Amino acid sequence: MTSTNALRYEVRQIYKNLLYLGREYPLGYDYFRPRCHNAFMSNAGLTDPEKIKEGIKRAEYVKKEIEALYYVKKYRAMNQAYGAATQ
Amino acid sequence: MTALRILVPVKRVIDYAVKPRVNAAQTGVETAGVKMSMNPFDELSIEEAIRLRERHPTTVTDILAFSAGPAKAQDTLRTAMAMGADRALLAETDTELEPLAVAKLLQRVVKDEDRNLVILGKQSIDGDAGQTGQMLAGLLGWGQATQASAVVVGEGGRVTVTREVDGGEEVLELGLPAVVTADLRLNEPRYASLPNIMKAKKKPLVKRAVADFGVEVGARLQTVKVVEPAPRKGGGKVEDVGGLVARLKELGAL
Repeated sequence: MTSTNALRYEVRQIYKNLLYLGREYPLGYDYFRPRCHNAFMSNAGLTDPEKIKEGIKRAEYVKKEIEALYYVKKYRAMNQAYGAATQ
Repeated sequence: MTALRILVPVKRVIDYAVKPRVNAAQTGVETAGVKMSMNPFDELSIEEAIRLRERHPTTVTDILAFSAGPAKAQDTLRTAMAMGADRALLAETDTELEPLAVAKLLQRVVKDEDRNLVILGKQSIDGDAGQTGQMLAGLLGWGQATQASAVVVGEGGRVTVTREVDGGEEVLELGLPAVVTADLRLNEPRYASLPNIMKAKKKPLVKRAVADFGVEVGARLQTVKVVEPAPRKGGGKVEDVGGLVARLKELGAL
């Protein structure tokens, strides 16, 4: 039981981090939040620690993807405005 | 190797994704209720300072983030500290500062805080002046490398800077102390994550009024009028070659 409790904290942390990231999601927070919530709720019944760890890994991956998405979006906008082609 | 004490100035600007609107009085750009964030070129300079520390953990002893602006610029400084700056200094003012005034403030900070490397963004995306770094180097009498696309600090405090120029790359070598300004392809800034933002709240942030710096920051330029660019007019279609020639003649192009 203790190991799943420790994982519970981890899951909450990654969920919070994702919601924080979602505030700047291009399609809006209202698009992001329900989908993020559903993704977590669909795995709410997991009890096997290994399965939960897998889920956390997947969430970490999504987090990295979103950060990369934001970076590329910003880079493109900046490159369009200030890149070599405009000068 | 000489210890590096880095100063990274940051500016709070209208977010890059927001389309700026001219205010009704035509005196400037509307900032009320508009999303603000850190100038993207300043994110690059913060990231470069952090990467220098990651490459030379013992050499870089301190990274100080500085901003001159309204009290809300604290958020920008917190972001800088969440990314990895050690501490922050805010020069509070409600008036918009010109590049020369900012350079003078920075000169003061460099003296007071004993800095030997300043990494700035090459320009801010609101004013687009692109002058602060150059003016600062001039005021300090230091070497400068602008629009860096790679920065390497070697033995004996030699800084090698690569710049993207027309048709190739230019490599500059300069001694410390130095001023470097960051170009778009210098690095990929990291995202200030929620846990790091929380941790950054415990890092020291000092607030001082601009007047305390004992620097002349009055405006030297007068903004006459700010207007939106004229909207683009659509093109027209012509039926055949004859029509094209006639139209070009009509427009005085032939």
